[in-house]
Amino acid sequence: MKARLTYGWSVLTTPAAPAPAVGGLRRRRLAGLALLAAFLVAACLASIAVGAKAIPLEGVWHALFTPTGTEDDIVVRSLRMPRTLLGALAGGALGLAGALIQGHTRNPLADPGLLGVNNGAAFFVVIGIYAFGVTNLYGYVWFAFAGALVASVAVFVLGSVGRGGPTPVTLALAGAAVSALLAALTSAVVLIDVQTLDAYRFWAVGSLAGREVEIAGQVQWFLLAGALIGLASAPALNALSLGDDVARSLGHSVRRTRTMGVVAITLLAGSATAACGPIAFVGLVVPHIVRSFTGPDYRWLLPASALAGSTLLLAADVIGRVVVRPGELQVGIVLALIGGPFFVWLVRRRKMVAI
Amino acid sequence: MAVLEKTPQRVPGRPALRTRGVSLVWRPRYVLVLTIGIAVLVLGMAANIGRGEYPISIPDVLAVLMGGGDSGQQFIILELRLPRSLTGALVGGALAVAGAITQSIARNPLASPDMIGLTTGASAAAVFVIVLGGGFGTVGGFLASAGLPMAALVGGLTTAFLIYGLAWRRGVQGFRLVLVGIGLQAMLMAIVHWLLVVAEVFEAARAYVWLNGSLNARGWEHVVPVSVALALLLPAAFLLAHVLGALQYGDDTARGLGVPVNRARSLLLLVAVGLASVATASAGPIAFVALVAPQIAQRLVGGARPPIGMSLVVGAALTVISDVVARTAFGATELPVGIVTAVLGAPYLLYLLARYGREARA
Repeated sequence: MKARLTYGWSVLTTPAAPAPAVGGLRRRRLAGLALLAAFLVAACLASIAVGAKAIPLEGVWHALFTPTGTEDDIVVRSLRMPRTLLGALAGGALGLAGALIQGHTRNPLADPGLLGVNNGAAFFVVIGIYAFGVTNLYGYVWFAFAGALVASVAVFVLGSVGRGGPTPVTLALAGAAVSALLAALTSAVVLIDVQTLDAYRFWAVGSLAGREVEIAGQVQWFLLAGALIGLASAPALNALSLGDDVARSLGHSVRRTRTMGVVAITLLAGSATAACGPIAFVGLVVPHIVRSFTGPDYRWLLPASALAGSTLLLAADVIGRVVVRPGELQVGIVLALIGGPFFVWLVRRRKMVAI
Repeated sequence: MAVLEKTPQRVPGRPALRTRGVSLVWRPRYVLVLTIGIAVLVLGMAANIGRGEYPISIPDVLAVLMGGGDSGQQFIILELRLPRSLTGALVGGALAVAGAITQSIARNPLASPDMIGLTTGASAAAVFVIVLGGGFGTVGGFLASAGLPMAALVGGLTTAFLIYGLAWRRGVQGFRLVLVGIGLQAMLMAIVHWLLVVAEVFEAARAYVWLNGSLNARGWEHVVPVSVALALLLPAAFLLAHVLGALQYGDDTARGLGVPVNRARSLLLLVAVGLASVATASAGPIAFVALVAPQIAQRLVGGARPPIGMSLVVGAALTVISDVVARTAFGATELPVGIVTAVLGAPYLLYLLARYGREARA
């Protein structure tokens, strides 16, 4: 191959990037992934072991492996395990969706909410409460999911109607416009009816509390489909990050890749929002953290973002259960209060990898 | 269009005005669009002033504003209705100019002041006062209502300086500033959400009205601070506007063109922060004006970045017209104006995106 290229094309034979640096990068990426996986396991264990009711470690062990139906067993198996599972799934989905949306819009400010997912879900939930009298978590799930779907389809269609098709700028602006519109409509309904506000404000903080195993079951297939589509789009996303024109000249269909990306983001973020309410910040901050050791290669960035998202969400949830005992702080609030300063520190300390 | 702006030599039909350090080019489209925008703004204000329990026709309103009319109309217009419309126009204009500046500095159409935390600090402080201020009986309640704009102003300015200080590392990059801003913004939003959850539901509703931005019961005392801020900061914005053009090409190029990048950017940010904070203190964080008005202005005028003068007019007109709708659309129930600015502004931005899809690829 090399010999054939050399024939008549001597420029190509000049030595390429130094190999040792590539090896170092790979080692760093593998080490980072291993570390993330270890953190995730630790977070899962903490999420099962820590809670409002103090259960000794041997009690947790007993509940996990030889349950006999004691009170501790029931707390662990029917409350904490579903909650941990849901936290891991939702966090992973949000992290992955965040990396995807930042890649597709090439905008470091983008988070999965940019496609209108959060605001669409919120609007439909408010309609559900106001018009249909829905006030339980199971009922919210389908309203929220439908809202997320409708909003992001609208954003994608509206962002694609211009002559250039769906470009990063039109997608971002269409997303901002649709989100603002839906947020305004949500506010209007909530301001007309105080009872709706009373139910809505508890959904709107984003929480894992009180979610039983059925809620994860309601959204699991959408999550799985979204994750597969998203991960499969990594090579094409790498090409897209060189710019639409370059990607096209490399033989990628920009429109198809973007459509796939939007479908994946909608499924992932829509499911997570439907199950837990709007959780900001995971999708925004995780890709920035992860990019600092994976670099911009989406084949590494996407899976690492999913792992980091799960870890972050679970860790925040555990902290929220501990800080204001015997009550608990909603995970959405904890995430922002801890994630915010951490993010600022990260921005100051490292040279951020620009998109 | 873009080519014409980049070429320094004289272009036929585009006479240039040059004095020391400042040059202007006669651009017919800008002047035409600006004139139409101002006309729309004036008509919108007249319509807003005319609407109400005692309707006054638009010609009568204009007559009173010119100094005519009978004393009853003069009282209703000058004392009751004009301050509200003026507050709306000034606040909308101030937010739009702040948005035009931050969007240009960050070179990112999403980087409006509310996105990067400048108005969220004001929101958190105000909601804090609304939710926790009610707990201290009538005296505390009175202090809370009198101190609300003050709390918002202090909250907004504190946040802005915090963002700037945290983003400073041998100078401030637009990118780092925006990232620090969204970090703080997320924290402050979490505090707002937490306050809304722990509050009594009626206090939460009051806070919600404020959070959406409202022009309800705004008098001359609300007009004064915004007009002072605009009078001081707007000339500064216009004087520094040419720097924004250079910053558009990136820091290195701007430095090469002789722009003192760090100092210019600090001054511009100071202007944006001042405008956004005072506007938010007066009327709450009216949603979406700061994001959408500069983008609409840019697409109406053409060009590579949001134009400051046109943004001012678009922001003012959008807010005033939204206020007309907010006051009349649902009969007796008056909506916060911030709901309507989003409902009116969003479709229009979408329409412009579809229509000028090619230009949006900036």
